[in-house]
Amino acid sequence: MLAAIIMLIFICFCVHFQNTAGQFFSSGHTNNWAVLVCTSRFWFNYRHVANTLSVYRSVKRLGIPDSHIVLMLADDMACNHRNPKPATVFSHRNMELNVYGDDVEVDYRGYEVTVENFLRVLTGRLPPSTPRSKRLLSDDRSNILIYLTGHGGNGFLKFQDSEEISNVELADAFEQMWQKRRYNELLFIIDTCQGASMYERFYSPNIMALASSQVGEDSLSHQPDLAIGVHLMDRYTFYLLEFLEDIHPASKSNMNDLFKVCPKSQCVSTPGHRTDLFLRDPGSVLITDFFGSVRKVEITMEQPYLLKVQEKTYSYVDQLPVSEIIHQKPKQKDWHPPDGFILGLWTLILLVFFKTYGIKHLKHIF
Amino acid sequence: MHSYFWLLIGRWEATEVDEAALGDSAADKLGVRASDTFVLTPTPQPKDDFQEELVIRPLHSGDIYASFQFRTLWETDFMRENKVSHYRLFPKSLGQVISKFSVRELHISFTQGYWRTMQWGQPFLPSPPGAELWVWFQDSVTDVDAAWKELTNVLSGIFCASLNFIDSTNTVQPSASFKPLGIVNETDHRFLRYATLPREIVCTENLTPWKKLLPCGSKAGLAVLLKSEKLFHSSFFSQTVHIRPVCQDRECKTTSWELRQTLNVVFDLHTSGQGKREWSLFKMFSRTLTEACPLASSSKIYIDVTDNPQEEYFELSPATPLLSQAVVLGDRRTFSVYDLTQQVTFGTVRSLNLLIRWKSTEGDMLRPLLHAERYVAGYGLQTGEIHTVMYNNHPFRSFPVLLLDSVPWYLRLYIHTLTVTSKGKDNTPSYIHYQPSKDRMRPHLLEMLVQLPPHSVTEVTVQFERALLKWTEYTPDPNHGFYVGSSVISALVPSSVAMDTNITQEQPLFSSFFPCKEESSYFVRVYTEPLLVNLPTPDFSMPYNVICLTCTVVAVGYGSLYNLLTRSFQIEEPNPRLAKKIANFIRRIRGVPLLS
Repeated sequence: MLAAIIMLIFICFCVHFQNTAGQFFSSGHTNNWAVLVCTSRFWFNYRHVANTLSVYRSVKRLGIPDSHIVLMLADDMACNHRNPKPATVFSHRNMELNVYGDDVEVDYRGYEVTVENFLRVLTGRLPPSTPRSKRLLSDDRSNILIYLTGHGGNGFLKFQDSEEISNVELADAFEQMWQKRRYNELLFIIDTCQGASMYERFYSPNIMALASSQVGEDSLSHQPDLAIGVHLMDRYTFYLLEFLEDIHPASKSNMNDLFKVCPKSQCVSTPGHRTDLFLRDPGSVLITDFFGSVRKVEITMEQPYLLKVQEKTYSYVDQLPVSEIIHQKPKQKDWHPPDGFILGLWTLILLVFFKTYGIKHLKHIF
Repeated sequence: MHSYFWLLIGRWEATEVDEAALGDSAADKLGVRASDTFVLTPTPQPKDDFQEELVIRPLHSGDIYASFQFRTLWETDFMRENKVSHYRLFPKSLGQVISKFSVRELHISFTQGYWRTMQWGQPFLPSPPGAELWVWFQDSVTDVDAAWKELTNVLSGIFCASLNFIDSTNTVQPSASFKPLGIVNETDHRFLRYATLPREIVCTENLTPWKKLLPCGSKAGLAVLLKSEKLFHSSFFSQTVHIRPVCQDRECKTTSWELRQTLNVVFDLHTSGQGKREWSLFKMFSRTLTEACPLASSSKIYIDVTDNPQEEYFELSPATPLLSQAVVLGDRRTFSVYDLTQQVTFGTVRSLNLLIRWKSTEGDMLRPLLHAERYVAGYGLQTGEIHTVMYNNHPFRSFPVLLLDSVPWYLRLYIHTLTVTSKGKDNTPSYIHYQPSKDRMRPHLLEMLVQLPPHSVTEVTVQFERALLKWTEYTPDPNHGFYVGSSVISALVPSSVAMDTNITQEQPLFSSFFPCKEESSYFVRVYTEPLLVNLPTPDFSMPYNVICLTCTVVAVGYGSLYNLLTRSFQIEEPNPRLAKKIANFIRRIRGVPLLS
C-alpha cells in the first residue's frame, strides 16, 4: 500500500517533470536576440531614445546579454549639452528611473543609424571587418525581438529626418531572414504614429507584430518633465515598461497579456497586433520567450597550456629631433605607372613629330 | 549523458560532461590529476604588474583636476609564432588586437570638452576634443592601409564608438610629428597613421568597456570612483588607452608591453562644486575609497601641495606624513601621498574621503610657457581664413615647435597665401611638408617646424575656399556645421628644473609618460580648438519637388495628347425617360410615329 502510494507520487513527479521539461522545449528556440532601434535625432526627440533604452533595460534585466543585443541610437541624449543631468536618460517624471544606467553598450550610434545599416544588420550582409558586437549572429533557433521607435507615417518610418524605410522593404527584409533561416520566431514591436501600417505587408511565417496605433491614428507622448524640458516617453512604451517591470525571468505571463497593454483609455490611440503569421497560439507563448534569454553553458575540464618565452639593447626615440627633421631626405615615393593622360600626351607629341618630319627619323630615336 | 542545471535566475543548459569527471568528488574536479593526458610545463609565467594612481591638482580658478592612471606591464612577446593564450592582468581583447594587426604602438583617446591651458595649466596627458587615434604598425606589415581600416572597425566594436567613420578622407600620415613613444629600432613614417574625429561624442557607453579592461574592473581600487553621472557633469573629461613597448630596466636589454589607461577630469567650481571652494572625494565622485585593488602592486593618491607649503591656502585632511617630490612638466612639484595598500590610510572608519578646504583665494598660477589658439576668420559661405596663434611665454629662450594641421578636403587651402609671422615680421619655417588633398580621397596635411622667438606671438594664416558637396554626402543635420580637427603642436619646451632622463626608475606614473632624452627641456604636446565651419547647404526638398513637378507636367501634357490621339468617339442614343417610354409604348400600339 505504502509502496503503491510512493510509486504514484513518483509517477506524478515524473509527469510534472516531463511537463516542465516539455514546456522548456516547446518553444523550440535555443538563444535570444534583440534589435532595438531609435531612429530620431535632435533634442526634442528625447522620448524616442528613452523608449528604446527602457526596452533595452527590461531585456537586459530579464537575461539577454549585451553580446546578443544590437542597440541603435540615432542621437546622444545622455551626454547632450542640453541635458541638465548628464549621463542620464529618465523615463518617469521627477527623475525617478534612469534608464541609461551605468552599464550600457550602444552598438550603432549617431550617423551610423541608417536604413542601410539597419537592413544589413537584419539580413547579415555586413562588410567583413564589422566587429561582432555590431552583428546579428542569429541562427534558425533564435527568437528575435525587434523594437522600432521614431516618427512614422502610413507605410513608412523616418530615419534621422533624412531617409525612410517603407513597410514593403521591411517585409522583404524579414523574408530574406526567413529564407536564410535567421530566426525561429520574431516579435516585432513598433511605437510610432500609424504604426500598424508597418506590419501590414509581412508575409513570412512565425512573425508576431504589435504596434502602438492604427492607421490614421497618432501615437502620443506621455508626460513632459519641466526640469529637462521635453517629453520623456511615449505612452505605449511607458505602459509597456510598467508591464515589463512586473515580469521576472521565471514568470509565466503570455502574449495575450502583452496585447492588453495600454488600452485606448490610457493610450488614446488603439494598439494593434497581428498574429495570423504565427504558428503557435499566442496564449502559449511566454513573454520571456522573447524578452528573456535561454543560455547555453559549456563546462570544460581541460586545463590551458602555459608556454615559455626569450639580446640587444633598446632605446627611446627623440621626440623632436630638430636637425634630423630639417635635413630629412625626401620620402621614397612609390612608383606608379604613368596614367592615361601622360601616356596620351606623349603619344600625341610623338604622332605630331613623326607626321611633320616623317618616319625616317625614327632610327635616330631608337 | 546530459545533465541539466536549473537556476532560478535564468535557464541554463549544459552540454555533455564526462561521466568520469561527474563521478569524482568536487575537490578532484578542480585539481590536476596525474592521470590526465595533458602536461603542465614547469616554466614561470611571464611577469605582469599592475599599478594604479590618482593625482589631484587643485587649480587656481577653484576647479579641481583629477587624473587617474592605470598601468599594466607585461613581459611577453605578442609578435612571436605561438599565440599568447593565457591572459591575467592584460585584457585579452587588446592583446588579440595587437597580435592580429601587428601593432607596435596604439594611442586612442576620447575627450569631451576642451582643455583651457591658460586657466588650468598643462595637463599631464593632452588630448584633443572628440576621438583621436594614432597607431604605429610593425615593419612586417605589408598593407598598412588595409590593416588600419580593419583596426579602426575592431576598435569601434571594443569601445562602442563610431570609429568606423575613420577612412582615407580623415587619415593622414605625418612625416615628422608623432614619433613613437616606446622602444623602436628605426622610425619609418610609412607605418604611422593618425586620424581624429572631432564630432565623436563620449558618454557612458564608452566608459563602460574602458572600465571593463581594468583587472579589477570597477569593483575595487581607484576605479570604484568612476561613476558616469559625476564624471560627465564636468568641464573636461578624457579617457585614453596607450599601448607601447617599454624598457624593463635601466640596461634596456629586454622590452615589455605597457598598457596605460588614463582618465582626466576637471570638475567645475560652480556646476559640481556648488560655488564652495571645498572639494572632497565624495563631492567629486559621490564615492569614497575602501580598499586598493588586490591585484595592484601599488595604489597611491597624490595631492599637489606645491603652492601650499605651510598650509596657508588650503587645508588637507586626513593628514598624511608621506611627501614626495617629482619633476613634471618642467617644474618640481611636491605631493602628499596616500598609499592605499597600507591599511592605516583608511583609518578607523575603513574608508578614505580626502577633503581639501580653501582658506584664502590668493596665490598666482604658474603660467604655461606654450599655448595655442585657432580660429576661422572671414565672412560669407565661400572663402575664409584659418588663423593659428602660438604664444611663447618664456622671457628669454626660444624653442622650436612642430605644427601639424590636417584639414578636410572640402576646405580647399590656398597654400600660396600661407604666412607665418612673429612679432610682426616674417618667420620662415625651417621645414615644411605639405601634402595636397584629393577630393573625396584624402585631406590636406601641413607640417611645419617653426622657431618661436622668446616672449612672442606667432601667427600662421592660410586662406581657404569652401567646396560644394554632393547632396548625399551631407550629414542628416548639415546646418550644425562641419568640424575641422585640432592642430597638434609638438614642442621641446625649456625646463627650469633638470628633468630626469632615466625613465625606468621608480617614478609616479604621471611624470613618466613622455621619454626624456635631455635634462634641459621636456616634451609637450598642445592641441588647439577644433573649428566649426558652415558649408553652403542645398535645399534638400528639391529632389522631391522636381520629381513631383516633372511627373505632373509629363502626365498632364503627354497624357492629354495621348488621349486625344487614341480615343475614338461614338454617338450614343440616350436612354429615354420613363414618361417618354410610356408615351412611345402607347403610340406604338396606336401605330403613330414615336417621339424622338
